[in-house]
Amino acid sequence: MKMQMVAAFAGLVLLLTASTSHAEQSIEQVYGVYCVQCHGLNRNGTGINVPSLSVKPRDHTDAKSMGDSSDEELTKAITEGGLAVNKSVLMPTWGHVLSEEQIKGLVKYLRQVCKCGT
Amino acid sequence: MKGLLLAVAGLTAAFLSSASAADKLDPSCSGCHALVKPTDTSLDRLLTRKGPDLWFAGSEFNKDWLVSWLQDPKPIHPAGYPYFKTIKKGEKNDVPDPSKITPHPKLNKADAEAAAEALMNLKAPADLVPAGAFKGDMKGARMGALAFVKFRGCVACHQGENGQGGLSGPELTDAGTRLQPDFIAAYITDPQRFDPHIWMPTSNLKDLDIQRLTAFLVQLGQGDK
Ligand code: HEC
Ligand code: HEC
Ligand code: HEC
Repeated sequence: MKMQMVAAFAGLVLLLTASTSHAEQSIEQVYGVYCVQCHGLNRNGTGINVPSLSVKPRDHTDAKSMGDSSDEELTKAITEGGLAVNKSVLMPTWGHVLSEEQIKGLVKYLRQVCKCGT
Repeated sequence: MKGLLLAVAGLTAAFLSSASAADKLDPSCSGCHALVKPTDTSLDRLLTRKGPDLWFAGSEFNKDWLVSWLQDPKPIHPAGYPYFKTIKKGEKNDVPDPSKITPHPKLNKADAEAAAEALMNLKAPADLVPAGAFKGDMKGARMGALAFVKFRGCVACHQGENGQGGLSGPELTDAGTRLQPDFIAAYITDPQRFDPHIWMPTSNLKDLDIQRLTAFLVQLGQGDK
């Protein structure tokens, strides 16, 4: 009986950790598909498209500049694009492609990447 | 009731014709390309995909272009496809990783003609690529060029005039010879209607912008610039 309980509990823990790490992994995957093309594998604004961009993509690892932007501003920039926050049109509008949930996840993820802000 | 029966018959016919068109292609093609509209629209399918979807190829490409490209398949996605699996960190910025980019299978003339024929039968539904989506006004091309490189930022991901531009999207230097005008207009209106998670943003373009951008792209690669 006890054994079974322990096994069930272990199973539950496994399930839980598997599902949280899956959520995190998938936000990383979202960044990897949509953002890496400009912001780069290093997340510091050095993506594959950079040589043809007239404005450098934001360095998402830079605690200083990222720390100056509020969560609202980051959400707005990602959802409505650079123009909506008085930045370059080269930062695209993702509101039609990504869900609100995914954008929320990206803002949280950006805070981990820059180790800054709220 | 009669209407319903007719509709069912029509649907079945449409289904059969596209299925049999797909059957005429070498079975190897479907190992990397969706030849029938996928029911799985998850991000995972995009992550595991080996080549662009072709289930609307007959509304996308010009047949002459298909015949010659299949015999001499020069890269269309300059950083490989999908780019996020074929790049590596470089000195100043990320770069394509040639060791991860495999050349496309090459067909002989007869096979290329047969494959092009079969691909041209894979039509998109009429509401996805409406006939007349591009209204045909070529005068907007110059404004379209400005929108492409400046106001709409397309150049961030696409090579356009003179081969200049980003690498994560397909090159458009010969868009006019490769793509059908109505497809270009419909695709840039809403790429996710074609391909639910594709990494091209939808930027709420006004119809005027769409017409100008399409005019610009249609004349790219057509020689008389
Ligand atoms: C086509 C290239 C491109 C892509 C793709 C792209 N960005 Fe950007 N991004 C930029 C550029 C360029 C800037 C800098 C704009 C400026 O400083 O004027 C920027 C700036 C930003 C900023 C700073 C905005 C601010 O308020 O200062 C954030 C946050 C951001 N990007 C997040 C993302 C996320 C998240 C993704 C993926 C969903 C993404 N970007 C995809 C080009 C891109
Ligand atoms: C090993 C996987 C693979 C196989 C097999 C394969 N393709 Fe492809 N195909 C690709 C990739 C990857 C691309 C993108 C190539 C590029 O960007 O240069 C592509 C591109 C294409 C394109 C251009 C599509 C576009 O949107 O740009 C056509 C048309 C095409 N393939 C037809 C075929 C046909 C017909 C066959 C069967 C004879 C076939 N392919 C077999 C992987 C494959
Ligand atoms: C963030 C990168 C990005 C931006 C910005 C972008 N695109 Fe795209 N574009 C893509 C990708 C990715 C595809 C589809 C790739 C595939 O599946 O073959 C695509 C496909 C296309 C196609 C269809 C090409 C074909 O071979 O079928 C056209 C036309 C096009 N884009 C035009 C535009 C225009 C016009 C703009 C500006 C309004 C633009 N794109 C902005 C990434 C981008």
